[in-house]
Amino acid sequence: MTYQLETAAHPETLRRVAIDPVSRVEGHGKVTILLDDQNKVHQVRLHIVEFRGFEKFIQGRPYWEVPVMVQRLCGICPVSHHLAASKALDVIVGAKKLTATAEKMRRLMHYGQMLQSHALHFFHLCSPDLLFGFDSDVTKRNIVGVAMAHPETAKRGVLLRRFGQEVIRVTAGKRVHGTGAIPGGVNKALTVAERDELLKDIYHIVQWSRDAVQLIQKVHTQDPGLYNSFGIFRSNFMSIVGHNGDLDFYHGTLRARDDNGKIIFDHVDYQQYNQYIEEEVRPWSYMKFPYFKSIGKEHGWYKVGPLARVQNCCQISTPFAEHERKEFVDYAGGSPMHAPLAYHWTRMIEMLHAAEVIKELLHDDDLLGSDLMVQGERQSEGVGVIEAPRGTLFHHYRVDENDLITMANLIVSTTNNNQAMNEAIRHVARRYLHGHEVTEGLLNHIEVAIRAFDPCLSCATHALGKMPLEVELVDPEGRIVHSLSRS
Amino acid sequence: MNAPKKKLKVATTSLAGCFGCHMSFLDIDERLFTLLEHIEFDRSPLTDIKTCSPDCDIGLIEGGLCNAENVHVLREFRKNCKILIAMGACAINGGLPAQRNHLPLTTILEEVYHTSPGLKNGMIPNDPELPLPLNQVHPIHEVVKIDYFMPGCPPSADAIWKVLTDLLAGKEPELGHGLMHYD
Repeated sequence: MTYQLETAAHPETLRRVAIDPVSRVEGHGKVTILLDDQNKVHQVRLHIVEFRGFEKFIQGRPYWEVPVMVQRLCGICPVSHHLAASKALDVIVGAKKLTATAEKMRRLMHYGQMLQSHALHFFHLCSPDLLFGFDSDVTKRNIVGVAMAHPETAKRGVLLRRFGQEVIRVTAGKRVHGTGAIPGGVNKALTVAERDELLKDIYHIVQWSRDAVQLIQKVHTQDPGLYNSFGIFRSNFMSIVGHNGDLDFYHGTLRARDDNGKIIFDHVDYQQYNQYIEEEVRPWSYMKFPYFKSIGKEHGWYKVGPLARVQNCCQISTPFAEHERKEFVDYAGGSPMHAPLAYHWTRMIEMLHAAEVIKELLHDDDLLGSDLMVQGERQSEGVGVIEAPRGTLFHHYRVDENDLITMANLIVSTTNNNQAMNEAIRHVARRYLHGHEVTEGLLNHIEVAIRAFDPCLSCATHALGKMPLEVELVDPEGRIVHSLSRS
Repeated sequence: MNAPKKKLKVATTSLAGCFGCHMSFLDIDERLFTLLEHIEFDRSPLTDIKTCSPDCDIGLIEGGLCNAENVHVLREFRKNCKILIAMGACAINGGLPAQRNHLPLTTILEEVYHTSPGLKNGMIPNDPELPLPLNQVHPIHEVVKIDYFMPGCPPSADAIWKVLTDLLAGKEPELGHGLMHYD
């Protein structure tokens, strides 16, 4: 099944339909579909049109700038990049074990981000599809429509996100693009006043997160025919797991399972990630396609993110989320659930877990400590990995004797899901578009499948039709600033 | 009782940016619901409207110009929005993506798609569906007229709120002390 519909035999004879830009996702992307005269689908591709070249332009910069620079890769989960880079630089400065205060401050920051990002994705971006239907009125299919029809749900979404952003603000100084983590530790601890301010709301945050799990569980189980099959494909999956195989978003070892749930590799130290993962470039996307080296590119690709994490771990350490995890596993009947829409269910279980962990951390006096940083024997190379909201995120750096970056390699979460998202939209195209007249509502089905993965396609751009082969940049007075053409 | 005022149409987009400015916009939190009494969203990543209506009142642009598509979208916004606002560092001066400006584009593409570690096959993506990258990242005022600039990476939620509510009140928007910042 893999690669079916990826490349049409005679693209030049086919009609092109584009979803451009893909909307209500975190970032930008575009989908192209090639159809014949009978509306038979011959090719479906999710293109990532972004190209920024961070790997190159951070070379030559001093390593301590990196955690602040690279978070500008993404304004939606800047904390993930900030912390993944900081973890790589912990290795470089020889900080083998952070102080309790530093590790817990970073965890608090990260779990705050998990909470805000999952709330944003579920309530602000996806809930219109789930509450109104995939081909509902396009003018109402947004957070404004939800606010009109389900004001309490919309309000809770906004308040859950606000709380997560406030956790980030008190740990990082700013809601978007804060600082906080530095190589070897953190630059501030929490004050009692900051902690008490957050504690005032935490009871409601946990309760509302529990309600959110109930809401998505109800939506999912009320229409199992749709939710268990929409966009479905089988694949391997991967995440980091913590001590004892717990769900852990901040630290752990790499674990991968096959489509039946059998372990492919386990307890892998992520410093060695490149012995396990390889990437392929395809001409039609700026986003690479990673896969497990041992299996090869055809069958070795995988899913990451909530659906992978919740099924990859052995247990969740907090009671409410563990209860919900068991419910989910029971529903799946003992074998892995592969349905993309189950991402939403597991995402809300993770949001609940994040709320519970934040509550635990806020009651931990280590957060108020003053021992913030450690250093050890300087190294020249380090890898940092974290579970970002959308999945496993790799940052890999080399630093020279002058403290300047000489090499950077990043595999971001959505890149790990690249092949999986392409498979999902091809399944949906086969099921819903094949032989039908293509309508706006049907096209939104494709986007519903993409949204399930919560892709972060940030810093790509929106296209209007076919791109020209020549472009001229003209200023408001008509002077040419810049011109170029495709060779 | 006064007849309800016509809501202002607001379109938003992110060009070569990171979406952080949109996140900061959403950081107005519950004030979003107050705002929705006075505005409606047109083309925006938050809606499924994919092209600007011809009568948008306000366009908010995040991000600079790094490829040909960005230029198209920017011109679409200028054509359809009465007031165009550059939101954040990237729109104003290229921001962090402009750090690539001192390097030849081919060198960067080579590094990422040919010599990067862990690559099975090296190849520079080149497909008509992929927009032409510009040799350098440009600020948006180099290409179209911009009415207002909101600095910051990102501008704070309070700054975005102040500009929008000033415009809604028919006033010249002004970022006072504490709201004007560049970090």
